[in-house]
Amino acid sequence: MSVVSGLTSELSRAERRRQLYSMALAAILFAILVFGYGQANAMNSGGFIQGLYKFFEYPSEIVIEAWQARGEFLGLMIRFLPALIETLNIAAVATILGGAFGMVFAFLGASNLAVWPAVVPFARRTMDMMRAFPELIIALFLIFVLGTSPVPAMIAVALHTTGALGKQFSEVNENIDRNAIEGLQACGASWLQRIRFAILPQVLPNYLSYFMLRFEINVRASAILGFVGAGGIGSEMRRTIGWGKGAGDETAALFLLLILSIFAIDQTSSYLRRRLTGSGEVG
Amino acid sequence: MASMNASALPHDLDHRRRQAVFAAVNRTALTNIALFLGVLVYLAYAWVAFDVSGLISSARPERAVLLATDSVAHKVHVTKSLRTDDVEVTVEGERTATYETPPEWVEMSPQTVHADLGNGYTVQITDHTVHFDVPGYGLITIEATADEGIVTTLPEGPTPSWLRATPAKFDARPTLTRRVQVSRARIEVHRFFLGWENFFFPFRSELNAYSAGELWSLAFSEDRLTEDLPNWRYILGTFWDNPDWQHGNVFVALLETLLMAVLGTLTAAFVGLPLALLAARNFTPARILQFFVRRLFDFLRGIDMLIWSLIFIRAFGLGPLTGALAIAFTDTGTLGKLFSEALENIDERQVEGVRSTGGNKLQVYRFGVIPQILPIFLSQGLYYLESNTRSATVIGALGAGGIGLMLVETMRTSRDWENTLYIIILTVILVMAMDSLSGWIRRRLIHGREAK
Repeated sequence: MSVVSGLTSELSRAERRRQLYSMALAAILFAILVFGYGQANAMNSGGFIQGLYKFFEYPSEIVIEAWQARGEFLGLMIRFLPALIETLNIAAVATILGGAFGMVFAFLGASNLAVWPAVVPFARRTMDMMRAFPELIIALFLIFVLGTSPVPAMIAVALHTTGALGKQFSEVNENIDRNAIEGLQACGASWLQRIRFAILPQVLPNYLSYFMLRFEINVRASAILGFVGAGGIGSEMRRTIGWGKGAGDETAALFLLLILSIFAIDQTSSYLRRRLTGSGEVG
Repeated sequence: MASMNASALPHDLDHRRRQAVFAAVNRTALTNIALFLGVLVYLAYAWVAFDVSGLISSARPERAVLLATDSVAHKVHVTKSLRTDDVEVTVEGERTATYETPPEWVEMSPQTVHADLGNGYTVQITDHTVHFDVPGYGLITIEATADEGIVTTLPEGPTPSWLRATPAKFDARPTLTRRVQVSRARIEVHRFFLGWENFFFPFRSELNAYSAGELWSLAFSEDRLTEDLPNWRYILGTFWDNPDWQHGNVFVALLETLLMAVLGTLTAAFVGLPLALLAARNFTPARILQFFVRRLFDFLRGIDMLIWSLIFIRAFGLGPLTGALAIAFTDTGTLGKLFSEALENIDERQVEGVRSTGGNKLQVYRFGVIPQILPIFLSQGLYYLESNTRSATVIGALGAGGIGLMLVETMRTSRDWENTLYIIILTVILVMAMDSLSGWIRRRLIHGREAK
């Protein structure tokens, strides 16, 4: 009897303590939000209230100018198509190269496959470094050395992709079913054959799913890096926005192109991913 | 006969089956090879489209070497103005960092200046004539004349690649750490030294005279260096306002970037969660609402952070508020979508259980729903926090401010690469710290709870 009541009070005390922690955490987060926005507003060159008036000014200016130029709008979009293709190329090449290197790192860094156990921690640290290093810094440095070109952005995005995909791939590798490998091993299959027939069929659908998600992320990243000087649709945007008033129709065409392509890639990749992984969940 | 037939038939079947299996394997292998070849063709096309061969020929690897040297070294200038005939020895050519008595490798007399650049390299400036002695090459004589421009006399033989001499300008850099430049206006001799100069205190500060231990004891001593401030505040303030390194400004810029990421992610998470309830099939009060909230998520995500940033920079100007709102808008869409999918995948039994004990609507959410999605909420929120720290540096570079803009600006002026390296190191430390912090919290909160 006393044991039960002791347990109950212990439990309710633990529950109360947890509630207290949750409340404290919520209060801290709330305080960060309130104080942070106050601080951010004070540090900003334009205030929040004045900004609100101007918030719709720019988009509406662009839309009005685009509407005035509606006759040539389609032509404008076609004119900027090469820039869009360049951005897509940056993203695609970076994803392919990053995926290929990521796969190598994933096999080196997965503890259960143990291709070469000594390099597992080393491979993991390298992937962490590649993921954490900001793309912007690599891109700016390479632009300085190589000159303005899509390649610096491609290399920067590819490095980040190697780290990110490598980590996700190695997690896939660590979750595979070992029975198939053991079965093949029992038949006397070599290491390469085990990878080819037991591991790849298990992991490839998941790889492809992550790969496509990464491609979508990389299109966005390439567009942003273009703005900093790496070519593609971003640098066109920088040019038209730099002109200020009058280039609203061109800016609108660029915005629309980017939004449409991101939307198309997003829809296609989530459809394909649903089909590949077989379930309704989207990673 | 009969027995032979009986054994041949299964064998035949076996053979056919095996053939079918191998055919299927070969088919997939062929598709894979075709896919692989397609990728190779695409990469070849990209090679041409990106003009990689042109890029390799026009690349300037010497810039990387220059940058690497300059970012870990500082240079001391010996400058002679040809108009006033004044000679100054300065650090990085800064007027505020002029030596009152020249360092020992520079000898000054009223007529000549002799600079010893080490390893036998010497420069002698007499009036408007420079004698530059390069070991292994010979003596170069450069004369700045009023009517013929810069007249250079070189030793016999071909002109080396490290030397450029025109009537308008003479520039020689025989090694990475030694350089002589002559223009119509001035003669400049650079000598590079390893290390970051005046990193802690400005050149003129008397604090440079103390060692670290002395500074520590000085900081807490009662004898004031200045009248109006305690020593520790004076020392810290001198460090903070160092004009060459701008520690204070760099710190504020880092803080701005961090603020963008934290505020943006928190806002996105707290706005995204209630919206996700409206967008989840099993929680939405009305199908039409679900449809519109989902389209809102698609819209916010589809516009992309780049475009949101550009719009917010126009409206709110430079600063962390701009970046925070750009991140918040994009990620409300992303997180909202993720949360609504998580809500659709929750286990209904727990909800039913709470409802069956007579829990009201609030209690059903509190005990049936929230505990299930809290791990996803926290882990995705933390994951986006770390990725947004990286994004915030890029958004800053677009013009929203913070460390990103500072980095782009110091790189564009490309004057002092050591400042750039300093900013890069701090940025990487910030990003990596956020990365490990979020990873640590994730492991503690999610896996720690599961383990219990």
